[in-house]
Amino acid sequence: MPYVVERTPLTFAERTYLPQILGGLKTTWKHLFSPKVTLEYPEERPTIPPGYRGVPTLVKDPNGREKCVSCQLCEFVCPPKAIRITPGAIPADAPTANVEKAPQAFDIDMLRCIYCGLCQEVCPEEAIFLQNQYSLSGYSRGDLVNHKDRLYELGGTLPDLHFKWDKKRAAEQAGRAQH
Amino acid sequence: MVEFWTSLPLFVQMLIKGLAVIGVIFPIAGASSMAERKVAAWIQNRPGPNRAIPFWFRWVPVIGPFLQRLGIFHLMSDGLKMLFKEDPLPGHVNKVYFILAPIVAVTLAFTTVAVVPFGAYLNRGGQVVPLMLANVDVGILAVFAVASLGVYALILAGWSANSKYPFLGSIRASAQLISYELSLTISVLPVFLWINIPGGDGTLSLARVVEFQSRAGFWGGLWFVFLMPVSALVFLVALFAETNRLPFDMAEGEPDLVGGFHTEYGAFKWALFFVAEYSHMLVGSAVFTLLFLGGWNPLPWISLAQFAGWLGLEGSPILVGTISIVIFLGKVLGVIFLFMWVRWTVPRFRYDQIMKLGWSGLLPLVIGNLIVYALAIALIQK
Amino acid sequence: MAAIFFYLFAGLTLGSAALVVANRNTVNGALCLLLSLVGLAGLFVLLDAYLLAFVLLLVYAGAVVALFLFIIMLLDTQPAARKPFKPLTLAAAGLGGALLVMGVLSFLTRARLALAGPAETAVPSLKAYAERLFTTYLLPVQVVGFLLLGAMLGVVVLSKKLDSAEKAR
Repeated sequence: MPYVVERTPLTFAERTYLPQILGGLKTTWKHLFSPKVTLEYPEERPTIPPGYRGVPTLVKDPNGREKCVSCQLCEFVCPPKAIRITPGAIPADAPTANVEKAPQAFDIDMLRCIYCGLCQEVCPEEAIFLQNQYSLSGYSRGDLVNHKDRLYELGGTLPDLHFKWDKKRAAEQAGRAQH
Repeated sequence: MVEFWTSLPLFVQMLIKGLAVIGVIFPIAGASSMAERKVAAWIQNRPGPNRAIPFWFRWVPVIGPFLQRLGIFHLMSDGLKMLFKEDPLPGHVNKVYFILAPIVAVTLAFTTVAVVPFGAYLNRGGQVVPLMLANVDVGILAVFAVASLGVYALILAGWSANSKYPFLGSIRASAQLISYELSLTISVLPVFLWINIPGGDGTLSLARVVEFQSRAGFWGGLWFVFLMPVSALVFLVALFAETNRLPFDMAEGEPDLVGGFHTEYGAFKWALFFVAEYSHMLVGSAVFTLLFLGGWNPLPWISLAQFAGWLGLEGSPILVGTISIVIFLGKVLGVIFLFMWVRWTVPRFRYDQIMKLGWSGLLPLVIGNLIVYALAIALIQK
Repeated sequence: MAAIFFYLFAGLTLGSAALVVANRNTVNGALCLLLSLVGLAGLFVLLDAYLLAFVLLLVYAGAVVALFLFIIMLLDTQPAARKPFKPLTLAAAGLGGALLVMGVLSFLTRARLALAGPAETAVPSLKAYAERLFTTYLLPVQVVGFLLLGAMLGVVVLSKKLDSAEKAR
């Protein structure tokens, strides 16, 4: 509902500006001694809120197996085409041979990444996560392309709820169709 | 020591005095710019610049980090940066005037320093002798005259830059400076009416004003800020306008004029403008202190001579001189702090508001004030 | 020493005064006028007349020339092509020049100048100036004051838009 604000004419004291200026000075004087709110960055770090989307990283499961199976869904979904995966086979004698594939090379170009989180969203293996890492720098364009070992170094190990491939192998060995 | 000084040729004496002015004002101006940044930061709940430290100073245990937090070393790095960065000379400027403008600004600003007394000592007869570089009889008039020429630095800078923002800045600044000069000059007249008692020789000396604020008795020891509050207020407001400080910084006006008159300037020439601005502030604060805040007297009703007597220092002129300079500088720095405090409190006036305030606010007020005080002084001193 | 400074300041005053007339660029002209005034102030300082020097700087250099420059900048005048003089202009210039020559001549012939060395009088104090101004020379001061007042009123009348002019539009 519209209403009209009464504009009272300024009093003499207000027209001299002085009481207002003195009031302002009082306020700024208080601020002069109030605690400072600046976060002095390199020494103090901000607390990262849950759900923060930092640098995309690759993770391993608690057994140390790399979770990525190089399905390349993230590569396809990535809007700025920052991800490039070269799929590779897992050797037949490895304990996780039933996974069949693992990335031979996995590059994320951080100059292109827009931190949208679609790769994490789309990953069927829960292998790629946007974690807490927010500070990123390099001396050349090449420095800012995260290769596979760097991605695992940043990502580390996250807890796993499913151990999907272990269950699959157990089901296969037991002759069950489904785990 | 005095004999050695007077034995030097006049030219050498002048040279040493001039170098002393440069050697004192440049660091104080730099420190003021640093203080400005720190005060701004503190008022805005920030710590302010606190990073730079020379590597060889890092090992000093307590003082090193303290000075680093205080931002002292930013001052040096800023000064060096101004010296060593490229000094641009745009192609479209009038080169002679463009280079002349900062030189004019800084020369005039330093010239005013010479005639301001900055301390006093007691001679053998127990009399207070003011310390100043050039003992010109006309005192305040010399300050006003030289300071009034400062407008040419702005005009030259704005006109020679041959670009519209500097031009608008200098047009506004010159109109503003001329308008507020009137109020500034008239506001000090009651002070000089009061100190030129009948029978004395007429004087405009600033040292005499301080002498009158350090006499005995209730009215004698009262600083003129209490005796003539309206004069002091108008003088202070006009001083803000004359030194182009917020809320009157029409010359710069960053939001609407990029940088005002110094838009086209950079590096050391730009730094010279700032040194000039800060030394204007310094001289303005010094004159305000001398006229209204009792100069080198420590407190109202306590003159320097009394103070020195309590400390038992009548016999040592150098110690008394040092104390007086410290007291005086303390007050001046207090006034400079007020400048900064107001800057980060009050928003900028609009141009028409500035003109209205100057011509139809301060000027009638100060003329009325002059008439009232002239009548009162005529009655009292009859 | 003083002689060198005298010739320096005198040369500055006269030279820049000549440049004021000769300069086609108005801003340069105004700045030359300023330089001329500064030279004049220097001459006053050499005569120990500090008060006159600083009043000259304060009033003329600090305010009047600044206003000139202000107006020149506002009008943004271009260096005009040289126009032939009108008869009236010529007559006015001739009259003004004749008056100036007469003034200088009468000063040279009738004034009693102490040409033999510096006068032995003390430097006039502030008080002496003030007394002269408010006693002996009160009438000229008042006349000049009224002249300025008249000029100011004229400017107010010329620049103020009157009601009738508003209605006519």
